[in-house]
Amino acid sequence: MSVTKSPQAAGGSTAPPSLGIRPPGRRAALRAAGLLGALLLLVVVLALSLALGARPLSLGQVWHGLFDSGDVVVHRMRLPRTALGLVVGAALGLAGGVMQALTRNPLADPGLLGINAGASAAVVSAISFLGLSSFIGYVWFAFLGAAVVSVLIYAVGGGRGATPARLALAGAAVNAMLYSYVSAVELLDTASLDKMRFWTVGSLAAAQPGTAQRLAPFVVVGALLALALARPLNALALGDDAARALGARPARVRAAAIVAVTALCGAATAACGPIVFVGLMVPHLVRSLTGPDLRWQLPYCALLAPALLLGSDVLGRILARPSELQVGIVTAVVGGPFFLYFVRRNRAVRA
Amino acid sequence: MSVIRTSGGLSVAYRPRALLVGTGCALLALAVGVLSIGSGEYPMSPTAVVRALVGQGAAADTFVVEQLRLPRVVTALLVGAALGLAGAIFQSLVRNPLGSPDVLGFTQGAATGALTVIVLIGGGGAALAGGAVLGGVLTGALIYALAARQGAHGYPLILVGIGVAAILTGVNGYLLTRAQIPDAARAVLWLTGSLDGREWSDVVPLALALAVLVPVVLLGCARALRVLEMGDDAAHGLGVPVRRTRVTLLACAVLLAAFAAAAAGPVAFVALTAPRLARRLTGAPGPNLVPSLCMGAALMVSADWIAQRLFTGHQLPVGVVTGVLGGGYLVWLLATERKRGRI
Amino acid sequence: MAQTATRLNGSGLTLAYERRTIAEHLDVTVPDRSFTVIVGPNACGKSTLLRALSRTLKPSAGTVLLDGQDIHTVPARKVARTLGLLPQSSVAPDGITVSDLVARGRYPHQGLLRQWSKEDERTVTESMAATGIGELADRYVDELSGGQRQRVWIAMALAQQTPLLLLDEPTTYLDIAHQIDVLDLCAELHAEQGRTLVAVLHDLNQAARYATHLIAMRAGQVIAAGAPGDIVTAELVEEVFGVPCRVIDDPETGTPLVVPSAPRRSGARAEPAAAGR
Repeated sequence: MSVTKSPQAAGGSTAPPSLGIRPPGRRAALRAAGLLGALLLLVVVLALSLALGARPLSLGQVWHGLFDSGDVVVHRMRLPRTALGLVVGAALGLAGGVMQALTRNPLADPGLLGINAGASAAVVSAISFLGLSSFIGYVWFAFLGAAVVSVLIYAVGGGRGATPARLALAGAAVNAMLYSYVSAVELLDTASLDKMRFWTVGSLAAAQPGTAQRLAPFVVVGALLALALARPLNALALGDDAARALGARPARVRAAAIVAVTALCGAATAACGPIVFVGLMVPHLVRSLTGPDLRWQLPYCALLAPALLLGSDVLGRILARPSELQVGIVTAVVGGPFFLYFVRRNRAVRA
Repeated sequence: MSVIRTSGGLSVAYRPRALLVGTGCALLALAVGVLSIGSGEYPMSPTAVVRALVGQGAAADTFVVEQLRLPRVVTALLVGAALGLAGAIFQSLVRNPLGSPDVLGFTQGAATGALTVIVLIGGGGAALAGGAVLGGVLTGALIYALAARQGAHGYPLILVGIGVAAILTGVNGYLLTRAQIPDAARAVLWLTGSLDGREWSDVVPLALALAVLVPVVLLGCARALRVLEMGDDAAHGLGVPVRRTRVTLLACAVLLAAFAAAAAGPVAFVALTAPRLARRLTGAPGPNLVPSLCMGAALMVSADWIAQRLFTGHQLPVGVVTGVLGGGYLVWLLATERKRGRI
Repeated sequence: MAQTATRLNGSGLTLAYERRTIAEHLDVTVPDRSFTVIVGPNACGKSTLLRALSRTLKPSAGTVLLDGQDIHTVPARKVARTLGLLPQSSVAPDGITVSDLVARGRYPHQGLLRQWSKEDERTVTESMAATGIGELADRYVDELSGGQRQRVWIAMALAQQTPLLLLDEPTTYLDIAHQIDVLDLCAELHAEQGRTLVAVLHDLNQAARYATHLIAMRAGQVIAAGAPGDIVTAELVEEVFGVPCRVIDDPETGTPLVVPSAPRRSGARAEPAAAGR
């Protein structure tokens, strides 16, 4: 099998391309070790998330608390929240990775492109107009909103003639529109405003026992679909014609990828409101570690994104103690400068 | 293009159709303004309104018009004009029909300033307006500083603006969660953009800003802006001081947007739609500054009139109307301009 | 070299973008009323030199003199009445017509109260006639072919009515017929209107045929300058482009014609150091 370097496949990273060939043994071992490292990092962050907060616990206390169902702090507060962060983080990271591959666009982020805002607009409408208050109801409306915006954005800014900047711009415009819609709805219904103003900044604080479990099926389905798409998306990175020659079916792959992104983003947003930049940053960091092969990239994303999300959440808890900063705010304020750095540094982004 | 020439060698060029569009929009804006003044709990006929405006009406009419309703309509006209002009400048500078203060982050900056005042300082109307202007201007300076290395135009400016907007949206959300409920409601009302209860003291700063900035833009930079649209090198070759012109125009547009936000909150989409609509009507290339200004005023005053009249007994803030109408227009714009490859 | 009459020259120029230095200690003279052509391999700094001569790029050392004065101290508007530029990348604003675009070339001659004089009108009409686009006046620039569009931009530069005109790769993206078309037009402007032209060209044979003064550059240095008949030799071409060749007389014009050697040795076309722009 021959190896040709494709500019799209390289995706702005410096690592050599490894599409279509089995990487040399040492490289695979290195990547596997890296994956283990990522898992370790995630475990550390999970422990921190259980331990830190308004009332810090020692690791020993956490350990005991985990097996003592009477421990209120661990079981009723920290554990649900941490589990939710784990699920939502993995969902956002995978969604970001799939979107960046699908649109061949290093600026694709479910938050930046307005998909999370679409989900949140749908949920806000449901809360306000239909009086909805059950979580499962949120999820379906979030799916609806996310799906509508994904299709719209992809129709407008995706496809062949799309440039990264064009897509980001279309997303920003949709974001501005949905933002004004959401604040209009909030305004007309002061009773809901109190509930929604916390939800619309993106927060893990609302987590209750069981939230993560109810969310999990949706995320698991989306994640499996995303991981299954790694290989065909790798082929798609070479361009439609080359992908067809390799036996992938571009239209079907795209449709499946949009379904996966919708499921992941919709579920994540329904649970904790729109969170930006996690889906942008993590795939970038990962790409510089693994190279462009999605079969490695996506698992890394699934491990590192929750680490970042929970890390931000812990930071928000520490910085504003005894109150806390919503995680969506921390990721926006941490991720924004990353985005700006990336835009200023990377010439490929400009069209 | 038509020309008026004097025997002394002076000449002024204009496009008849653009002139017609500008005048038409201005007249429409004034007419809707009169209608808007005449409607409400104390209805007046348009003739009565006009009589009161020229100082020949009944005492009661004059009081209602001058003290209660005129400030609101004048604010609407001026905010619309400022946003229309600012939008036209931005769209020309970034060479993209979606370049508007909402998308580029200036509006979010003004909102951050105002929210800081509402939530953390707790000032009155003047402090709030000052906070909005300061927030908008600081954001403009930040975005310019970050994008300056790439010349502060086109896509680099857009992308930096989007990034800054996303950060500020997070900050604004944070400020909102820190607020007490009455403050939060006031903040959300401000964030939507509203003209409720505007007084002459709200009008004055905006009017002064327009009195300074509009001549600077229209007389000082308009012709250079047209040449800038042909690319930096071509503009350079034609003797336009590229950097200075661009900085001046950016500063003016940011100030216009910030003062407009200070007077009415970050009213969505007027800055985005007015220049596009104006351009569609004039059919002329270039930034179409004057038609955009008039179109902005007409859109804003009409949106406010609709917002007041749509639900009897319940007034919507004007930003809801511009947001919904503008949003629909935006989707349509995304679909059609995409086909022509302009976005 | 004998002192030639010149209105535009640069001495001791160091040209750089941010930290990347393109050329150092460059001396260049544009003889008056010449059709000067700058040639050289990719990334040799020829377009950069043109940008410096047109005041678009400020040299980090050295000066460009226009009529004996440092070009960066002359007001922009005044320079633009003496020196026109046809840039490589220009953008036709959406929905602009040919006559509108050409009319924008009159910008340096206009003012707030002198927006469209009779002279403006006459010059624009003449420029369009001279470039053969008179019938296209009311067409939209977006609708034109590449060759027509390049003529429109040249007409805009002509309407600027400058005695000196700089053209940055005016034939790029054009097919051979349109290339000849544009170059014939330039030669005509030079011969009949007596303007001084400076152009950057890729094709050495076209340069040798049309130029009255040729500047050959490599890696930020001027290797040779003079009339094409005097300086174009097989040695020069090999030195500048790294291409072994023979130079014969052009059967049509008698100017030098470069014919690359038949069996090309592998590796002989190694690009000069700064290649890859």
